Amino acid sequence: MILIDKLTKRFGPFTAVNELSFQVAPGEVLGFLGPNGAGKSTTMKMVAGFLAPTSGTIAVFGHNVVDQPLKAKQMIGYLPEGAPSYGDMSTYDFLRFIGQVRKLNASDLANRLDAVVQQLSLQSVLHQPIDTLSKGFRRRVGLAQAILHDPKVLILDEPTDGLDPNQKHEVRRLIQNLSHDKIVIVSTHILEEVAAVCSRAIIISGGRLLADETPAALEARSRFHGAITLELAESAGAYPLLSRLPEVANSELSGPTQSRIVLFPKPGSNLFGSVNRMVHQHGWHVQEMHVERGQLDEVFRTITQGAAQ
Amino acid sequence: MNATLVIAKRELHSYFSTPLAYVFIVIFLMLTASFTFFLGGFFERGQADLSPFFNFHPWLYLFLVPALSMRLWAEERKSGTIELLMTLPVSLKSLVLGKYLAAWVFTGIALLLTFPIWITVNYLGAPDNGVIVTGYLGSWFMAGAYLAIGSCISAATKNQVIAFIITVVVCFLFVVSGFNIVLDWFTRWAPDSLVDAVAALSFMTHFQSIAKGVLDLRDVFYFLIVTLGWLLATAIVIDMKKAS
Ligand SMILES: Nc1ncnc2c1ncn2[C@@H]1O[C@H](COP(=O)(O)OP(=O)(O)O)[C@@H](O)[C@H]1O
Ligand SMILES: [Mg+2]
Repeated sequence: MILIDKLTKRFGPFTAVNELSFQVAPGEVLGFLGPNGAGKSTTMKMVAGFLAPTSGTIAVFGHNVVDQPLKAKQMIGYLPEGAPSYGDMSTYDFLRFIGQVRKLNASDLANRLDAVVQQLSLQSVLHQPIDTLSKGFRRRVGLAQAILHDPKVLILDEPTDGLDPNQKHEVRRLIQNLSHDKIVIVSTHILEEVAAVCSRAIIISGGRLLADETPAALEARSRFHGAITLELAESAGAYPLLSRLPEVANSELSGPTQSRIVLFPKPGSNLFGSVNRMVHQHGWHVQEMHVERGQLDEVFRTITQGAAQ
Repeated sequence: MNATLVIAKRELHSYFSTPLAYVFIVIFLMLTASFTFFLGGFFERGQADLSPFFNFHPWLYLFLVPALSMRLWAEERKSGTIELLMTLPVSLKSLVLGKYLAAWVFTGIALLLTFPIWITVNYLGAPDNGVIVTGYLGSWFMAGAYLAIGSCISAATKNQVIAFIITVVVCFLFVVSGFNIVLDWFTRWAPDSLVDAVAALSFMTHFQSIAKGVLDLRDVFYFLIVTLGWLLATAIVIDMKKAS
């Protein structure tokens, strides 16, 4: 369990993190969202024990990070932003060094090294200096370092930043496959990532907590939640008829040629059924039709910009 | 293995994985040799001892040690690995000591590699080898004090060039504070006790007696205290400045 209570960090007169309070339980993958400069990294640095809070408390499984830093740090695996590592060392030497500092005994270290090298597919670069690795591999070495001691708490600061789509996919799969009794906190500003890996999402901006919900609940906040998007061969004639359906609260045309119809439902109505019937009655040719789950980036914008104003 | 030693081992290993270590050692050996034989008049003196060799060490260290110490912390801060180190379950004390020890052992290795000079003097005459061993130990302790100063200044900046320059200046002050020119200037206005204090602060004052083979515990303590003081300051500076 991680308990964060009224956590505040000031840099001189500037408040980077402002009275942040939340809790994370084992088994949760918490997405930490916010625009650049929101205070995500600063918060993570405090939880990992690098920065001291100006005020407020952080407890990691009962260990206060300020009073019992070594106990807390033993439980945490941390990937700092940009995945720094010692470039002149080989992957193998670097991971061994981390394991030795973490006081793994020789046989545990050998086993865990094998396991993480397998998990992150590092075999091919094991004896190569980290300086000479591609960005994707360097990030994976950073992840390997963070999970080497099989920590109960994993804090990953933008683990997929700057990776190509395949690499992003791999990192997400890794996070999903971590055993399910861990606490994982992942910061990101890529919203698809949240829906893909997180069981819960926190949005912060200007150092303040603005939302704390499941990704599904966040999506439901979107005005697009439950909206029907359809594209027809004869959109121009169909739009006036569809938009006058009794279940439609609102409608608009979108897309590059204004040919995509978006219908927003009245609360509690079965819009999909009526639209479907009308399409069949008129024999329109459907090119595309689906129910929107909600657009996270729109919710994100609404929440974070609303707070800024 | 103890965390301090793990850190020290990694650090020492990394010295030798770049050309830095070899360049440092080669320059160190060339300078000690030329100072001893040409400037020090090793042969002309007709005495079987190593004082021409040791006498130049304070000046040699003045430029060589800051070149070694400048990257100690500045590099960690620049590359962001300081964040990695300081979120591992090790105390700041272990980190500061571990990195320092590596640098100190490295200067010890460089010193040991001057052994041909020792062989030469034993070949040419019959020196007092006890005095020579004392000289080596004293020189190593003095290098340690220079390094501790460099460690603290390296912790205060990300810029290695600035770290180098400031370290040279601070070490220079520690060297010249025992010189008559400096002390004369103090005698004009300062009370005797202050003049003595300034003189007592000098590396020179303490090193010269050790180099002559007089191993006074007070001199050893002096270097130890200067070293520990600057290492403590290193820890404080790191704690204050790690975020920026
Ligand atoms: N060491 C520091 N000194 C001064 N300001 C800082 C420092 N670190 C971060 N900040 C400021 O705090 C804010 C939050 O930064 P950060 O936590 O890195 O944001 P995020 O990770 O969400 O992009 C930013 O405005 C940043 O400029
Ligand atoms: Mg960040």
